[in-house]
Amino acid sequence: MTESTAEKVQEERRDLLKWLLGGSLVAWIASVAYPILAYLQPPKQNEVAVQSIKAGKLSEIELDSGRIVKFGTKPVILIRTNTNELKAFTATCTHLDCTVQYSKEKGIIWCACHNGQYDLTGRNIGGPPPKPLEEFRVLIQEDEVLISKNT
Amino acid sequence: MKTIWEKLYKWIDERVDLADLVEFMGKKYVPIHRHSIWYYFGGVTLFLFLIQVVSGILLLMYYKGSEDLAFESIQFIMSKVQFGWLIRSIHSWAANLFILAAVIHMFSVYFTKAYRKPREITWLTGMFMLFLGMGFGFSGYLLPWNELAFFATKVGTDIAGAVPIVGKPIMVLLRGGEDVTGATLSRMFGFHVAIFPGIFAVLLGIHLVLVQRQGMSEPIGHSESGGDLKTMPFFPNFLLRDLLLWLIVLNVLAILAVLFPWELGVKADPFASAPAGIKPEWYFLFMFQSLKYIPAEVLYIEGEILGILLFGLAFALWTMVPFWDRKSNFGQENKVVTYVGLFVVAFVIALTILGWTA
Ligand code: HEM
Ligand code: FES
Repeated sequence: MTESTAEKVQEERRDLLKWLLGGSLVAWIASVAYPILAYLQPPKQNEVAVQSIKAGKLSEIELDSGRIVKFGTKPVILIRTNTNELKAFTATCTHLDCTVQYSKEKGIIWCACHNGQYDLTGRNIGGPPPKPLEEFRVLIQEDEVLISKNT
Repeated sequence: MKTIWEKLYKWIDERVDLADLVEFMGKKYVPIHRHSIWYYFGGVTLFLFLIQVVSGILLLMYYKGSEDLAFESIQFIMSKVQFGWLIRSIHSWAANLFILAAVIHMFSVYFTKAYRKPREITWLTGMFMLFLGMGFGFSGYLLPWNELAFFATKVGTDIAGAVPIVGKPIMVLLRGGEDVTGATLSRMFGFHVAIFPGIFAVLLGIHLVLVQRQGMSEPIGHSESGGDLKTMPFFPNFLLRDLLLWLIVLNVLAILAVLFPWELGVKADPFASAPAGIKPEWYFLFMFQSLKYIPAEVLYIEGEILGILLFGLAFALWTMVPFWDRKSNFGQENKVVTYVGLFVVAFVIALTILGWTA
């Protein structure tokens, strides 16, 4: 064997060693990091998909008023307009997630966080909200107000 | 006769060689010039951080980090626990003074270009501590689980969620789910009392060792014009002045905490409408307010996202200043950096005022 080939073999061995060490370092880091990252990912809870809810007695809801009701885990706003119509929308502002309210003075749906405004069909008519509010269906069964998904 | 202290010193010195340490402390000199006053703000920030650690640990003795108990536990602290109201008020006030002191300290370093070679790492650790300080404020804000904090956290995390690609996973990570719930409170609690303090302690250690090792920087052009430089030893002269100032800060803090006890507000209700007057803490206001002036859509990009990206870029550039300000590294005055800094100060102050009065 000449001297240069011996050197070459040595070098190759060193390269192989580097690769092995580097590779196992990466593998080690990955095997520590992966479980941690996965742990931090909150598990999906199978929520019972709510299709409809009872929102109270019609006789107890004032004319020209709004209230927030629980629709599963999400807030929904139920409005009785001054023309005696019942309307329901998701109450989560399409801007940055605040919960909207009914503004009696202006007769609109209003978000206090950044002055977002929606009309009583849920359309975004002022302020920063980029999208309309999703509408829900409202039914009345003998004085009982039922809200259900608009499918 | 030897005092007990001398004996104790000797006992430890025999085992761990304290002389080295004393020399390390004693070698630093603080330059005296007309900008010397700014050298005190780092120390004030440090002091306020120590107050946060102590008062925070005290709060932990009674605080309960859950959706059903958090608000009530703070009510308990404020009404039943002896001096509970004071500890909480101090923690809340010192949090704000801490950010204020850190910001002043940061700008003074920026304008005197003290970040220039060889102090780049000191600057970087400082900037990361400032970001962590904001993280402390944001996570701590939710802990009382009141209405204002609940919606401010919703908005804050939703903004993070608007960042393209990485935003959504980050939002879920911060909230511990899709929505702000008790899970979010648990996470913020964990960040606030464990993760952030741990990281902060490491950064602070590096920061302080570097300051001690490298000594204080002098303003550019100072040594040429002034001839012989006046200095004062850090130990004990400057340290004693530091301590005097700490005493003053402690008094100011006590006056604020006693005369203006921190409010608790109304308990958060995820099924109530957002009340008027939702605002982030004052040190986030300038960003929050700027977002309002960006149109809903700019060149097909959603205005909010554009704003977030611009702020991200601005913060990144600011943090990297030691690496793009080459002139200061060579000891030349860099006017551009100064003007950029002045613009940033004016911008932040103006938008904070606009946000405050809005
Ligand atoms: C190791 C250090 C710390 C610990 C153990 C700690 C612990 C706590 C605890 C238990 C609470 C809940 C009680 C309450 O809300 O009154 C809290 C709240 C808070 N913390 Fe800290 N904290 C620490 C450091 C900091 C720092 C450095 C800041 C700086 C910004 C900070 C800012 C806040 C804020 C703004 C609140 C909300 C205060 C309120 O409205 O009641 N904390 N902290
Ligand atoms: S969250 Fe409703 S307007 Fe911003």
